[in-house]
Amino acid sequence: MPDSLPSDSVGLVTPQTLHFDEPLQLACGQVLKSWDLVVETYGTLNQDHTNAVLICHALSGHHHAAGYHSPGDRKPGWWDACIGPGKPIDTNRFFVVSINNLGGCHGSTGPNTVNPETGELYGPDFPVVTVQDWVNSQAVLADRLGIGCWAAVVGGSLGGMQALQWSISHPDRLKHAVVIASTPRLTAQNIAFNEVARRAITSDSDFHGGRYYEHNTLPRRGLMLARMVGHITYLSDASMGEKFGRELREQAYQFGYDAEFQVESYLRYQGERFSETFDANTYLLMTRALDYFDPAYETDNDLVKVMARARCEFLVLSFSSDWRFTPARSEELVNAMIAARRKVSYAEIDAPWGHDAFLIPTPRYNAVFSTYMARVAREVGA
Amino acid sequence: MRADLEIIQQWISPGSHILDLGCGDGTLLHYLQQERQTSGFGLEINPDHITECMNKGVAVIEQNLDTQGLSNFDDDSFDTVLMTQALQAVRRPDIVLDEMMRLGREGIVTFPNFAYWRLRWYLMSRGRMPESETLPHKWYNTPNIHLCTFRDFEALCHEKNFRIRNRTVVDGEHQDRWLSRLWPNMLGQIAIYRITRGD
Repeated sequence: MPDSLPSDSVGLVTPQTLHFDEPLQLACGQVLKSWDLVVETYGTLNQDHTNAVLICHALSGHHHAAGYHSPGDRKPGWWDACIGPGKPIDTNRFFVVSINNLGGCHGSTGPNTVNPETGELYGPDFPVVTVQDWVNSQAVLADRLGIGCWAAVVGGSLGGMQALQWSISHPDRLKHAVVIASTPRLTAQNIAFNEVARRAITSDSDFHGGRYYEHNTLPRRGLMLARMVGHITYLSDASMGEKFGRELREQAYQFGYDAEFQVESYLRYQGERFSETFDANTYLLMTRALDYFDPAYETDNDLVKVMARARCEFLVLSFSSDWRFTPARSEELVNAMIAARRKVSYAEIDAPWGHDAFLIPTPRYNAVFSTYMARVAREVGA
Repeated sequence: MRADLEIIQQWISPGSHILDLGCGDGTLLHYLQQERQTSGFGLEINPDHITECMNKGVAVIEQNLDTQGLSNFDDDSFDTVLMTQALQAVRRPDIVLDEMMRLGREGIVTFPNFAYWRLRWYLMSRGRMPESETLPHKWYNTPNIHLCTFRDFEALCHEKNFRIRNRTVVDGEHQDRWLSRLWPNMLGQIAIYRITRGD
């Protein structure tokens, strides 16, 4: 944390764990009898409970979206650029709820938590949950918090898929869905990258079929590789070029296979750090949830028919250099909304950072996002 | 209130589904939403205009008519397709008109008249490309790459078998003057056309 808190920070925040005994029916057929969600909230819920905004996280995200947990924190929450007083999701106006999804590894029920039925960690026995399951669990959370209708459900990437799923599954429970750098379904190429990541993890000899906890080890090499390949897909050729170019760590080629280029060393460092802090089973689960997401699957791939169920308004944003979920994928979604006569606004933000651009504030992104959310706030009397 | 909004409004039935090509800051769509409870979208490429549309609560899609076309919209999916002061700025006005008539039952088009007498006089007396309040750019940097006259437009509609249902000719302030009715192609600055398919 900086020496003094910036005035546009939500400041020090404390996550809380909410326990649920309502059985949750999952898409795979299994039922979670009891479960926990770790939640952070920022801002104040107004008297009429109309100003609540749900933040949905992406693959490696969690509940800590804004502010600091302690004065010693080096970095704020993962979307601090967009959440805070005067920021696009303005905590002076909105009551913001940010959660760690089921299957995550930051405190909510998932592979690295104890299965109450066995007293052991779930590990690989934790059911494969889907975006639909997450949204259903978030709806139970909304009930608990007394939120009948969200002013907006907001997310980027996998988070955007949740916002989209909300609009289809619970059409009367949100006024706006903000779908950023997302897609209505993964392409074969997207799934292929996920498969490489999963194979890296599962083929690590320390993986032990997902029961590495019992062996007091972690599939570090596998998770590191998974993160390295994932990380490449979040950046763009141009942004990697600008950051690293062909820069060497030493003056000259070493004629060996260690990390000689800066980009190699960066990827290794990021991968190693990630492999110590993220759970491999959660990584498998999150990538699978991405693969499975396809709301048009049940209507013979007719996305228009599915979008016709929605009642909320939409803001869809894409980024010019995003090659993971390209602007064309957002446009596919927007076109289905147009054909279904849903109210949608769409902008393609010019930004060089690839998929990660949704986490990085730029003047236009900020202007569009802030303006849209300010109108949402006016509408709901926030 | 802008006089052209008032004129266009009269041609829009309540609850219509509308597409506005080059919707600018959303003033027209916002006005129609308020006055005629319309639904629909505006297409725009100017970032500041897009943001302003969002501020007004107008559904706006970032889409470039020249490079992306309109193939993402279905046949007969709108009651009215609007295009105000943008026809002269697109790469192929004829194709855009075809698309307007494919997507909508009706089209409403406004554009500046290049045969307006002041422009004729400018060209004749100075021998230079005319500039005016309506057309303030230089020949080399103007976005208005396909200027035409009322007669040109009507000839094109005739060729395409589009019916001109209404035409209101106005001056630079969008006022309907008796003089410009007398000899529109000479005295009118801007025309507001309402067209449908001929069949």
